[in-house]
Amino acid sequence: MDASERAARRAFRDQTAIVGVGTTAFGAMYRDLDPERDPYQLGLVALREALADAGLSKDDLDGLIVSRMPHYGRMCEVLGMRHPRFVNVLPGEGRQSGIALQYAAMAIYTGLASVVACVYGNNGRSVGARYGGEARGLTTTAMYDAPYGMTSPGAVTAQMFRRHQHEYGTPVETLGHLAINNRKNAAHNENAVMREPITMDDYLGARFIAEPLRLFDYCLINDGGVAFIVTSAERARDLAKPPVLISATSQGADITPNYVADDFWAEPLGHISEEIFGAAEMTHADMDFAQLYDNFTPSMLFSLEGLGFAPQGEGADWITPERIALDGELPLNTSGGHTSESYMQGWALHVEAVRQLRGEGGARQVRDARVGLYACAAPLATAHILRSDA
Amino acid sequence: MSEYARPLPARTQATAPYWEAAQRGQLVLQHCLDCAKPWFPPSEACAHCLGDRFQWRSLSGRGVVWSWIQMWQKYFPGFEDESPYNVALIELEEGPRLFTNLVDCEPAEIRCDMPVEVVFDQVTDAVTLPKFRPRRD
Repeated sequence: MDASERAARRAFRDQTAIVGVGTTAFGAMYRDLDPERDPYQLGLVALREALADAGLSKDDLDGLIVSRMPHYGRMCEVLGMRHPRFVNVLPGEGRQSGIALQYAAMAIYTGLASVVACVYGNNGRSVGARYGGEARGLTTTAMYDAPYGMTSPGAVTAQMFRRHQHEYGTPVETLGHLAINNRKNAAHNENAVMREPITMDDYLGARFIAEPLRLFDYCLINDGGVAFIVTSAERARDLAKPPVLISATSQGADITPNYVADDFWAEPLGHISEEIFGAAEMTHADMDFAQLYDNFTPSMLFSLEGLGFAPQGEGADWITPERIALDGELPLNTSGGHTSESYMQGWALHVEAVRQLRGEGGARQVRDARVGLYACAAPLATAHILRSDA
Repeated sequence: MSEYARPLPARTQATAPYWEAAQRGQLVLQHCLDCAKPWFPPSEACAHCLGDRFQWRSLSGRGVVWSWIQMWQKYFPGFEDESPYNVALIELEEGPRLFTNLVDCEPAEIRCDMPVEVVFDQVTDAVTLPKFRPRRD
């Protein structure tokens, strides 16, 4: 990173803010399937809530980023948004949720738009999404892999975790701690889909999906919508809720034909870590919590190591139930994450970060939460540092 | 062999040479005529130098297991009689990696970095799948 890039990141710090968040009712919808439920409708419900949360009306929006819906145009129609100044659609992959926030913040910071809504709708459960076994899968090699029965993001993650075990001796109980902690947090979240606590015996006794990964290592498959609204820090201070400032954000990548990263994304996450902590002028110890993308529990392990919370290969020693609990040194996935709250592909983790930083966490509130981290370990990796404006 | 229920390789212009070679008992990949590097999956240009002159060449058929899993979930038809089944990611001697099944070994024997070699499994009249087995030499 050269001096001008460093200066640009410093200048960007705390200039944009998340001002409104909204979600659908995840638990209620899990038990109520509707094959005609469409992602625009889900996004609309979430956006209504986000607008009310911010004290904005839909006519205040002049930017829109959507994901996991076929086209931005239909969402604009639904919202009666005839003349947006900044609008587009991102693929329905979880790694895009952090990128949605980045695009929104960039649009605000450069003056391309003044208030940007980021809207996500997922009807996967109602339409029978299986996340495996598709004729043409999600990776370039999928058509070569299918004859061998190789398919699904979970199975690729299982391959990577097995390799991690081979290189570092990581026990499966490390993943168990993460799954159990997620569920413990979801028990305090009325909106979560799965709230029954689980024990290590439950974790180890659950069926294998792609061994070494078991049922509780996997995200849920559920319907829902999420929205968040981004504007300038200056404008944010006049709105209904305390602003949550974007202190730093960064993206890195390891694009391979089969999703697998040799180093568990240590390379891109290492750059990201340097950039966000440098730009925010903060350290790991300043993070009051972390919301870590958890499509499968090993992704959380890879984030913690890649970003430098734990030394590479030592995640197993670092991840203890005490350290990652709500009252621990680094509370993780305080809402229950994808394995227990809702599989909103990172979008609801952003909402949870905002709620925690506003003190709206209720029974799962992290005490004095002022600074939080979101991170996603994936072929496109992202992380942000968010903080309360106080 | 008409009862074979598992997914078959999708044949396209780009992939046909790979599967036709397997049918002849050869494991081949595109090699760049400018920088000599091989690549997988098939593509119209060399990702190392962007050269578009290439030749399909035979590989040694040797590699190591980078990682492997036992698949329990039933995503595809045809695997019911062998559940769970293994899927390994092989790192070929020449560099590229392939997902495949390991044969002639028990799950308890499989290790990361284990040396393996290609074998050819003719699954239908028209289709042969490269698979791998432990190298016993």
